[in-house]
Amino acid sequence: MPELPFELPPLPTIQQVIFVMIAILTVLGALVVVLARNLFHSALGLVTAFFGAAGVYVVAEAEFIGVSQVLVYVGAISTLITFAIMLTRGMMFGATSPRNRQSGTAAMITILIFLVLTALVGAIPWPQAGEPIVEGQAIIAGLGRSFVNEYVVPFQLLAMLLLVALAGAIVLARDRK
Amino acid sequence: MVPLTWYLILAAFVFSAGLFAALGRRNAIAVLMGIELMLNAANINLIAFWRYGPSPAQNLDGQIFALFVIAVAAAEVAVGLALVISVYRNRRTVNLDDLDLLKG
Amino acid sequence: MNWSDALIQFQYDLGAPQELSWLIEGITYFIGAFILANAALVLALLLIWITRKVVSRIQDRIGPNRVGRYGLFQTVADAVKLLSKEDITPSTADKVSYLIAPVLAVMGVLMALAVIPFGAGLVGADLNVGVLYLVALGSIGIMAALMAGWGSNNKYALLAGFRVVAQLLSYEIPMVLAMLAPVLLVGTMSMQGISQAQSLYLGPINLGLGWFIFLLPGAFLIYFISALAEAEQTPFDLLEAESELIAGFHIEYSGMKFAMFFLAQFLNSFFLGAIAVVLFLGGWQGPFAGQIPLLGPIYFLAKTFFVYVVIQWVKGTFPRVRVDQMMSFAWKVLVPLVLALILAQMIIMKLPTPMWLNYILVLVANLAVVVAVLNILGKYFQREQVRSKRAFEPKSLIGVMQPARPASGD
Repeated sequence: MPELPFELPPLPTIQQVIFVMIAILTVLGALVVVLARNLFHSALGLVTAFFGAAGVYVVAEAEFIGVSQVLVYVGAISTLITFAIMLTRGMMFGATSPRNRQSGTAAMITILIFLVLTALVGAIPWPQAGEPIVEGQAIIAGLGRSFVNEYVVPFQLLAMLLLVALAGAIVLARDRK
Repeated sequence: MVPLTWYLILAAFVFSAGLFAALGRRNAIAVLMGIELMLNAANINLIAFWRYGPSPAQNLDGQIFALFVIAVAAAEVAVGLALVISVYRNRRTVNLDDLDLLKG
Repeated sequence: MNWSDALIQFQYDLGAPQELSWLIEGITYFIGAFILANAALVLALLLIWITRKVVSRIQDRIGPNRVGRYGLFQTVADAVKLLSKEDITPSTADKVSYLIAPVLAVMGVLMALAVIPFGAGLVGADLNVGVLYLVALGSIGIMAALMAGWGSNNKYALLAGFRVVAQLLSYEIPMVLAMLAPVLLVGTMSMQGISQAQSLYLGPINLGLGWFIFLLPGAFLIYFISALAEAEQTPFDLLEAESELIAGFHIEYSGMKFAMFFLAQFLNSFFLGAIAVVLFLGGWQGPFAGQIPLLGPIYFLAKTFFVYVVIQWVKGTFPRVRVDQMMSFAWKVLVPLVLALILAQMIIMKLPTPMWLNYILVLVANLAVVVAVLNILGKYFQREQVRSKRAFEPKSLIGVMQPARPASGD
């Protein structure tokens, strides 16, 4: 067998293949959110991106976050957004462009930020592999314990915030007539 | 094991897409969607750094922050959409360029 | 021993090389998923037959009895008929969401199969977040209904889509909180763990009768009512109220696309019954299930079919509720009651009293909830009966039925 002038990269593992597929899904979803003219299609793209993010969490062995992501983002937030789109649907098919006057500048800035971030990420020597998580380690129990020990005050504040947001949203969106 | 850089590049892309939606879209709901995308990018980073941090099974701060972000995002989107609907009811538009009542 | 481990071992015994472990695992899980998904589709045919038989018996009819023995193959004939129908896509429909919605509806339901334990070691994936996973799947169904309602570009479909979201989101909250009761008791969200916890040992023999329904009847009742609403079954079938919305969010669908929504609905009620069985009715536990493993799946399926028949029984018996009644029942009755129940259970289980006393207190709290729910329902039905009777009576009679005025003092 002749020697190759360069070293072949190692074969991707199953996890890596799955990650790449999920990542492509997420990227496509995000692109649809940004570029679609029809706002409802944007919302569908958003749902796709949310699912992709949930898949990424599951690949990273954070199943609880992944399931919570589907529950909160897909179940609640996407539904709310879709509702708002339908309630304001007079705005959907305007003759105007979906982008505003500063969108050209915005596009340049965003692309620049993406390139800078990618270069930064590539330049830093990250650890090659995280420590393995043994099956059966009680991560969810640990999360629950943290919420009632170290993080009890932020947790209560969060509950307060959700309550205030709930009341505030009702007051704001109520028909005053 | 998926390399950490892959997570970070994916998060960077999602963040940039969200930033563009927040800066460049005309519709207020699209801007909100962009903000959601950015929050998700932050969450991907949090989870990735948690996974690659020291003793991920004991040190769960990354996951906890991600959960906080999810909950805060829920509150934010509820209030944001209530504002959008309120504005739509009063001005019959959710086009951010037309909402210039405060312009001198 | 888990089924997947057994199958992997079997492949190694056949002479599969150790280096290809990823391929062998992939083949194993593919076989499992293939069997489950196809079994579910066959199951749907049976479920539709059961529904038609039960409902027609309640309505004093015979039901399908021509195709095959007892009309068992009537559904197959109907499916063939649906396949031969014209596949219509409305010209103004939003193509993307219109076409994806039926697929998404079936997918969200079928994914529930992955975590349902049919027996000891017979579970697709024993996730440690199993219960939460099932709850999260519900949101896919909501998305599918919204997409169908919006994508059809039909005002009735859109209205039904709004109703779906209102109903499913409202009833998801009491359902999730009621599912939390057994989770709190066991301390795990794994479906297999919850099944195993419902054993009852009499000496060395597992009677398998430690079902949580005996301890948490209130949580079970609230779960069951919410599951009826989640499965879009009567009395909560407002989403396809023919007299109000023509047919619901799938009005513009025809042929096999309509059949997929139909399939999703029937499988959904079956799986919600299966979840009830796992969480409250002991799962695959039963007398001697520990000794004879084959009994596990039999017990499980028998219980699930029983719950399914009860759901159809309710469907044949109760009238449909109104939208405002549906919403106020969820938010003003079920949510406060289940919140109080969960709070009471959490406090009671932390009391320093002996364990048996704690269990009795939990049972008392649950019975109080059962009494409250049944009381409210009973009062409502009594009032409604009087009102609906009066609507059909001539005006002159209504006057007679009103209470006599107290005699003026003289």
